[in-house]
Amino acid sequence: MTAFLLLLRHELKLSLRQANESTSAVFFFLLAALLFPFGVGPETSVLARIAAGVIWVTALLAALLSLERLFQVDYEDGSLELLAVAPVSMEVIVFAKSIAHWLTTGLPLLVVSPVLALLLQLPASAIGTLALAMLLGTPVLSFLGAIGAALILGSRRGGVLLALLLLPLLVPVLIFGVAAVDAAAMGLDPIPRLGVLGGFLVLALGLSPWVSAVALRQALE
Amino acid sequence: MFELANPNRFQKFAKRILPWVAGIAVAAMGAGLVIGLFLAPPDYQQGESVRIMYVHVPSAWMALGIYTAIAVASGCFLIWKYPLADVLARAAAPIGAGFTLITLVTGSLWGKPTWGTWWVWDARLTSVLILFFLYLGYIALRNAFEDPTRSAKAAAVLALVGFVNVPIIKWSVDWWHTLHQPASVVRFDGPTIHASMLIPLLLMATGFAAFFTVLLLIRVRSALVARKIRALRLVQAGAGPHIDEA
Amino acid sequence: MDRIEAFLTMGGYGEFIWPAYAVAFAVLAALLAWSLRELRRNERTLRNLQPNGPDGRRE
Repeated sequence: MTAFLLLLRHELKLSLRQANESTSAVFFFLLAALLFPFGVGPETSVLARIAAGVIWVTALLAALLSLERLFQVDYEDGSLELLAVAPVSMEVIVFAKSIAHWLTTGLPLLVVSPVLALLLQLPASAIGTLALAMLLGTPVLSFLGAIGAALILGSRRGGVLLALLLLPLLVPVLIFGVAAVDAAAMGLDPIPRLGVLGGFLVLALGLSPWVSAVALRQALE
Repeated sequence: MFELANPNRFQKFAKRILPWVAGIAVAAMGAGLVIGLFLAPPDYQQGESVRIMYVHVPSAWMALGIYTAIAVASGCFLIWKYPLADVLARAAAPIGAGFTLITLVTGSLWGKPTWGTWWVWDARLTSVLILFFLYLGYIALRNAFEDPTRSAKAAAVLALVGFVNVPIIKWSVDWWHTLHQPASVVRFDGPTIHASMLIPLLLMATGFAAFFTVLLLIRVRSALVARKIRALRLVQAGAGPHIDEA
Repeated sequence: MDRIEAFLTMGGYGEFIWPAYAVAFAVLAALLAWSLRELRRNERTLRNLQPNGPDGRRE
């Protein structure tokens, strides 16, 4: 546990020092989502209909942007190999890194999403559900993303390959993330759909560190 | 089965059964074509367009079956370290992607007269589309590394992760589809299948499976030869077996 | 003649049925041709690498 916290603090310190990771994800999120009104027109009803989908899709892409570098830096400067021989299990390392990734990308995205929701005319009654859905869904992106990021270590193609590997796997998160917000916007009960997202989160938390650790060990062989 | 894990024995075995499997493939596909195009009756609802089913549905079966086979082979490779399992998985992937492509194109061609548009986000077609991306991701990852061992292992992990996700994706897409679907649209598997349709369907499926086996045997043989070439080149480069330690 | 025409038009669905079968068999044929070409190329390279039979090795 202490090892986990130390690792987490180390990771957070690193990303705070670089600081551009979170800001670039957030900026991408805002810019990409705000292009949509220009694409589909400013009609309130149209925007309200697609707001949840736009926010989720752009959040997913923003998270993907930074995932490529999740293990890359440590892999290239050799510190991943040092971590591998340290008396901490690889699973704990992956867990700490995924949490750090979520804290530096998923959480900032969650924080700015209500602003986007207002600009995209999402009914105010659905904003709470949007935040809740993102709270459950974005960690899945970080944890499933860790598997992809570990698999592509040392490959010739980076970002596009990662997107190709991850997007099919992330479709269920997208479906239920959007569906929960839509339910709230239509005055339905979003709890069952949020429950499914929660289920995905539990699965991802339980399985992903284990699988990513296998992939990381392969990359270090 | 375990004896076949030896590449040399596999080569001999493959050479012996190849003509037989090829014969089955040609015979079954030929009979399926004749019965499917000439003899089977048109559907009372969909008319003649139902004949597309005889290539579409068996292709869909193959697409899913081959992905399953790749996942099983990947598991065998990761757990028991059978090198041949990896060669099989690698050889099967482009064939599976090919059948997935056939499913998508024939589905679109079937959809046009049925729904009036070339593409509908039907639950089945959408799942097949995602399966196609799973195949592409697998093939792309296999070709992304210099080191063949690394690409084999990474791809095996990806195949297993993808396979575990297939039911989740399928279920999510089905749910998403019923959420957005007005009930009036014709379901894709609309016609109830009579025996007269089942015969060409099963013949085509047999033919496709046999054709898949032929392709697989050829590709595995090719991969084993390529491996021998790599080994010989290492020896000839004068580095010999040391290169593994470098 | 009429029967052949009826067969080709397939009750108006011919323009969908024939391309479906054509695409299916074109993809399968392409896979076969590609796999066979790869096998032949590999076998030729192997023969060139070991001119003195399976144990041939240049010193």
